[in-house]
Amino acid sequence: MIWAGIMVAAAACYLLKLAGLSLPQRWLQDARIQRTVPLIPVALLAALVATQTFSTGQHLVVDVRAAALAVALVAVLLRAPFLVVVAAASATAALLRLL
Amino acid sequence: MASTPTWSQARNAVIRNALGIAIATGAYALSFGAIATTAGLSLLQTVALSILMFTGASQFALVGVIGAGGSVWAGAATAALLGSRNALYGLRLSNLLNVHGLRRIAAAHFVIDETTAMAIARDSERESRLAFWATGLILFCFWNLGTLIGALATQVLPDPKALGFDAAPPAAFLALLAPRLRAREPLAIAAAAAVVALACLPFVPAGIPLLIVALLVAAFGLWARPR
Repeated sequence: MIWAGIMVAAAACYLLKLAGLSLPQRWLQDARIQRTVPLIPVALLAALVATQTFSTGQHLVVDVRAAALAVALVAVLLRAPFLVVVAAASATAALLRLL
Repeated sequence: MASTPTWSQARNAVIRNALGIAIATGAYALSFGAIATTAGLSLLQTVALSILMFTGASQFALVGVIGAGGSVWAGAATAALLGSRNALYGLRLSNLLNVHGLRRIAAAHFVIDETTAMAIARDSERESRLAFWATGLILFCFWNLGTLIGALATQVLPDPKALGFDAAPPAAFLALLAPRLRAREPLAIAAAAAVVALACLPFVPAGIPLLIVALLVAAFGLWARPR
């Protein structure tokens, strides 16, 4: 099942890239498309941050991941590199669990 | 066009930049390998994602949803929706690259954030094309190498969660989101998306809140009054 999902998602991502290079320019130049498409990653990434921090299964929870996210936010605001942001969040969660 | 010293200087500068961005992205692939393995993907599945999908945010989303217990199809749909921005990158690149046939089939795989940024920042079409191909090829190598090392390193750990790797995905998503929040509208949309996703989370299967959010933001973008 995971393999099928990987293959379908990879094919979809590839076709989207190819579509941009291949479709008639005017289709994608529509003002509403130009306005909407950049908003989708913003909304999805924000929703991913929220749901992956504050839920376990279908339950809303606040645990060490909230503290880890706060540390990640500080790292992002300090313009830390990607790996530092992720490592800081992981280390925070690991340390808090040791307490 | 004859090869001039200026061209060879420009070429070296382009390749240096491509190498720099590829090394930085390779480091980011390390965390992808680690997160995918912690989410329960096999080594082969993790590596296949980086080779075949080759667009970071979508890969993180797919393994993030699976790791949180969501269905693989909700994850796949989220990955595809995140990949929609690459279509707009392709649109911007199509005149610049002017590729057809097999070259276009190959070029399409490299249409991502980094190659687009590198290609459109150049002064001449020739430099743009070199920047696109050099960044794409070098980054592809480092992205897959980073994924492999991250996944292998995590596989030998007895308990990745003890190292807090389960707290890594939200941090990764935040780092991907931050550069897109430089104006008031995206900031408001991000806040609204987070609230809506959490509000519907107790009532629908894992992963579905993301699709609800995507649907709402698409409706907002298409029908809300343009400023």
